[in-house]
Amino acid sequence: MRHMSNIVEQISLTVNGDSIQVEAGLTLAQLIAQLELDTRKVAVERNLEIVPRSTYAAVRLESGDRLEIVHFIGGG
Amino acid sequence: MKALDGIVQDEALQRDDSWTVAGRKFSSRLVVGTGKYKDLPTTAAAIEASGAEMVTVAVRRVNLSDRNTPMLQDYVSPQRYTYLPNTAGCFTADEAVRTLRLAREAGGWNLVKLEVLGPAPTLYPDMAATLLAAEALIKDGFEVMVYCSDDPIAAKRLEDMGCVAIMPLGAPIGSGLGVQNPLMIQMIIEQSKVPVLVDAGVGTAYDATFAMELGCDAVLVNSAIALANDPILMARAMKAGVEAGRLAYRAGRIPRKGFASASTPMTGLIS
Repeated sequence: MRHMSNIVEQISLTVNGDSIQVEAGLTLAQLIAQLELDTRKVAVERNLEIVPRSTYAAVRLESGDRLEIVHFIGGG
Repeated sequence: MKALDGIVQDEALQRDDSWTVAGRKFSSRLVVGTGKYKDLPTTAAAIEASGAEMVTVAVRRVNLSDRNTPMLQDYVSPQRYTYLPNTAGCFTADEAVRTLRLAREAGGWNLVKLEVLGPAPTLYPDMAATLLAAEALIKDGFEVMVYCSDDPIAAKRLEDMGCVAIMPLGAPIGSGLGVQNPLMIQMIIEQSKVPVLVDAGVGTAYDATFAMELGCDAVLVNSAIALANDPILMARAMKAGVEAGRLAYRAGRIPRKGFASASTPMTGLIS
């Protein structure tokens, strides 16, 4: 196929239970920015492992990653 | 507190009466939950009125379809209040550990409230699961304040395991029935070297007073404030109730007697 190099490859992730498509090579920091979330107010679990906030920019997302992005809400 | 002119100043009234849990010092003996309020501004106003310094919070998925939903932190500042993340909704040790690891990353603290509940209609603490979760959390470096049944044996086990506060229920969550088993709460208070908080069951101010008179270190209240007709007024009432109960406990009540004793002297009567 021509122009193959210009086509951005997409990968599939599960974020908070929903399947989404993102560009291959996206970092976690970029995903959080795309979702318009404030990194200071959320925490992220990737495939059952906590991702330290300081490493978001270094974490490159991979196809099939399962992310949980949480925050604090009212509770008893 | 300043004594009135001409009145003897009680040294005990002036004394610092703060309490400490896991090395953190608090003056307020009322801990409040942040759930069930009609909105976040009311939550913030009620917490302010309660005078609480520690608030329980929950950890949930961010709503990705509506990102403009206001966030708790924008109303109840984690800089001002000590957040006590809970494990509400967790039924296993694994879920509790996962949830609180996320809370620790979101907030950066180790002090947490462990609660593992059984199903409705009791929502009673599942003590077998609570003990397992407490062990896992402590191993993971958490300082665990634990919601539990009013069972002195289980409470002792949790304390021996390293829990930093024991929090027996006064009555089922949200029931508003007050302390149903004061004898067991008292036994737990007497045997514990870590703080004991009555958590759950408080319905109105005198329930909080009663719990404090038993000798609890603090009381945790959510529904009774959040669902009152006027949550802000009730928050203030709970603050007064907790303070009254604490002062009465420190003062030492008179013994209960099965007969009357006149308050007025019988000597010097006119004839």
